[in-house]
Amino acid sequence: MVNNSTVDAAIHTEDLRVERGGRAVLRGLSFDVPRGQVTGLLGPSGCGKSTLMRAIVGVQARCTGVVEVLGQSAGSAALRHRVGYVTQAPSVYPDLSIRQNLRFFAAVLGADQGDVDDAIAKVDLVDYADDLVSRLSGGQEARVSLAVALLGEPELLVLDEPTVGLDPVLRRDLWALFHRLADSGVTVLVSSHVMDEADRCERLLLMRDGVIIADDTPQLLRSSTGADDIEGAFLTLVDLDREASR
Amino acid sequence: MNPRITFAVTGRVLAQLRRDHRTVAMLLFVPCLLLTLLWWIFDGNDLVFNRFGPPMLAMFPFIVMFLVTSVTTLRERSSGTLERLLAMPMGKGDLLVGYALAFGLVALLQAGIAVGLTVGLLGLEVEGSLWILTLVAVLDAVLGTALGLFVSAFASTEFQAVQFMPAIVLPQVLLCGLFVARSAMPGVLEAISDVLPLSYAVDAMREVQVRTDVTGDLVVDLLVVLAFGVGALALGAVTLRRRTA
Repeated sequence: MVNNSTVDAAIHTEDLRVERGGRAVLRGLSFDVPRGQVTGLLGPSGCGKSTLMRAIVGVQARCTGVVEVLGQSAGSAALRHRVGYVTQAPSVYPDLSIRQNLRFFAAVLGADQGDVDDAIAKVDLVDYADDLVSRLSGGQEARVSLAVALLGEPELLVLDEPTVGLDPVLRRDLWALFHRLADSGVTVLVSSHVMDEADRCERLLLMRDGVIIADDTPQLLRSSTGADDIEGAFLTLVDLDREASR
Repeated sequence: MNPRITFAVTGRVLAQLRRDHRTVAMLLFVPCLLLTLLWWIFDGNDLVFNRFGPPMLAMFPFIVMFLVTSVTTLRERSSGTLERLLAMPMGKGDLLVGYALAFGLVALLQAGIAVGLTVGLLGLEVEGSLWILTLVAVLDAVLGTALGLFVSAFASTEFQAVQFMPAIVLPQVLLCGLFVARSAMPGVLEAISDVLPLSYAVDAMREVQVRTDVTGDLVVDLLVVLAFGVGALALGAVTLRRRTA
């Protein structure tokens, strides 16, 4: 029998494992990320969030198990047009201006040059468009990197900690942008180690030590654990897990 | 490969260079400075300058492009932009050829200035065509670019990348026939020099210097240099992995 949620999912994994330097970084993950929603991947630093995102984008070596993205095997050539990816460290050229960076990546993607101005506007950097990236602040540089991922109308955005270190106003604006994108049908997967960003997501994957410990909506996570906030829910789940393994 | 993407890479590398005036100045004028120094230390002894000039014209573009490319590519690998590009519809060939074209253009400029200086002002005697002399210099630069791209895969810091210069370039300088004719070297060394690309680059320069026509030897030398360049680019493509640990 075909499971419909599997077919419709933007991301589908089964028993995904990654080993690095003899250590298991991802320990058998099976989950689905629904299309057209903002899904948060939350967990402490070092729990394997970035490795999972790299596996989804198809740049992580030595993955075993299943990772399907938009109905195709992760990393397949046809997906390179359809997935936008922002690494944790801003991967743009510091010795070029914002506009030069975006023009270059737009040419690589075959995106319209009009997309360049749109992307710059979406991340609120119009006033800095001709400034060198090396002169920008860390937060501005991260937004340039995000703007690159918005080029070429990707169907899936994989964003590794895009809001770290940003001021609260900007953070709110970016989350609003993610939701606008999701409303237009884009699937957005956002990682964060800050638990208070959980309520901005429609769905949550809580991760700890290479394992998904919860996969639910923020409301259901709170009600099922009886916690006031997601940090509380996270702690309850970890405690339950410890008791179970005793 | 896709020409739109290849040329986008070339344009981007040149745009980065244009912003970096110091590097451009070093690329274009340091070889001239060194050639002038060479001419000066032989103090008007044209015979010696004519012996050492052509190998130098082959060596400078090779060395300079090797250094610039290995550091630039390493930066691309370590900054995350390479990972991002390879997650996009970027062919490995697009990236490598895009780089080679950009630095090839710079090499054309560099070689043009260096040839103009040595032949026009310093009195280097060349029987063959100056165009061919420049072509040889450009091919040497492309060879340096290709080798630089290749070795950048084996360095994890810019410091290490620079160390490849003495490790990979200097032995070729010693064995290319500059100090001792290759035929006069111990057999083992001559055999080694036969498989090093710079030897053929220097031979080609000398051939242009003494022969007015394009000889079969010259064509063979140029093809060997070109083959090494293409080979190094192909090996460089192998070192670009879409999936990394």
